[in-house]
Amino acid sequence: MGRLGSGIVGFGRFWYDFIIGSDPLMAVAVAAGLLATAILVRSGLNAWWLMPPLVVSTLGVSLRRAGRSV
Amino acid sequence: MSGTAVVLITTFLASAVEAIEMVTIVVGVGATRGWRSTLIGAVAGFAVLTVVVVVVGAALTAIPIGALRFIVGALLLVFGLQWFRKGVVRVAARGLAGIGEAESGEAERWRGRGIDWTAFVLAFKGVILEGLEVAFIVVTFGATANQYGAAVIGGVSAILLVGAVGLVAHPLVTQIPRSFLQLIVGVMLTTFGTFWALEGLGVEWPASDGAIVALLALYALTAFAYTTIERRRVYAVNGATS
Repeated sequence: MGRLGSGIVGFGRFWYDFIIGSDPLMAVAVAAGLLATAILVRSGLNAWWLMPPLVVSTLGVSLRRAGRSV
Repeated sequence: MSGTAVVLITTFLASAVEAIEMVTIVVGVGATRGWRSTLIGAVAGFAVLTVVVVVVGAALTAIPIGALRFIVGALLLVFGLQWFRKGVVRVAARGLAGIGEAESGEAERWRGRGIDWTAFVLAFKGVILEGLEVAFIVVTFGATANQYGAAVIGGVSAILLVGAVGLVAHPLVTQIPRSFLQLIVGVMLTTFGTFWALEGLGVEWPASDGAIVALLALYALTAFAYTTIERRRVYAVNGATS
């Protein structure tokens, strides 16, 4: 692989680590939560209450999964 | 607390977290391989980071504020959550301990003439790898809060401060409780990420900007609770294995 190829791979790895990181569950949960919020807002609900508890519970599940895998 | 102060503190702390590792790598390489090529590599790394900050910063000004808040908020949320998680795990396991000494990998001192490319590449990569995420945080945070100058000042001053401490008294840098700082920044990025992402979607927060304080309190309590639970789990595992 040339320098350009390894540069592209490195750039892709940076964004994967930045967005997905060590537990894909959190990125998936955030994406699902934002999508659900967008749908609720579109239907006229001011859904500010959805994401904060989702963030807290997702973090708890992720930590629990990490603990089990040790 | 004013918006400028919040941006300054957040970008300062985020930069300090990565600067600790960055400075440890650069000082470790400089002390073992020699300083000239190491510092040239570090300066080259900072030059690339400066270009990234300027280019990304200019590109962000072209995006409408609503879309910018959603994109940046979502990115800060997923990234902040990762630091939040790492911070909880590390603080639970190691408390307020520093990061310790870095392995330079190539301990042999350079005796030749010209540039020592090993030292150059190690320092360059250390600065780029540790600095890229911070550059992104500084640029996006500053642009979304409309406090670009404060964000850059916060980021640069942290790197200069940690760099100065690293050059004068290197062991001090390794004693800074990086994991605890990472947890604080994770909580702050998750707070602003949640706030901006939802605002970008058209959500109207109760109490407007006051919701930031409520989110910060919720996530800080969460950090405390999860760190306590995780610490108990670590002690239980260690007790069972010892």
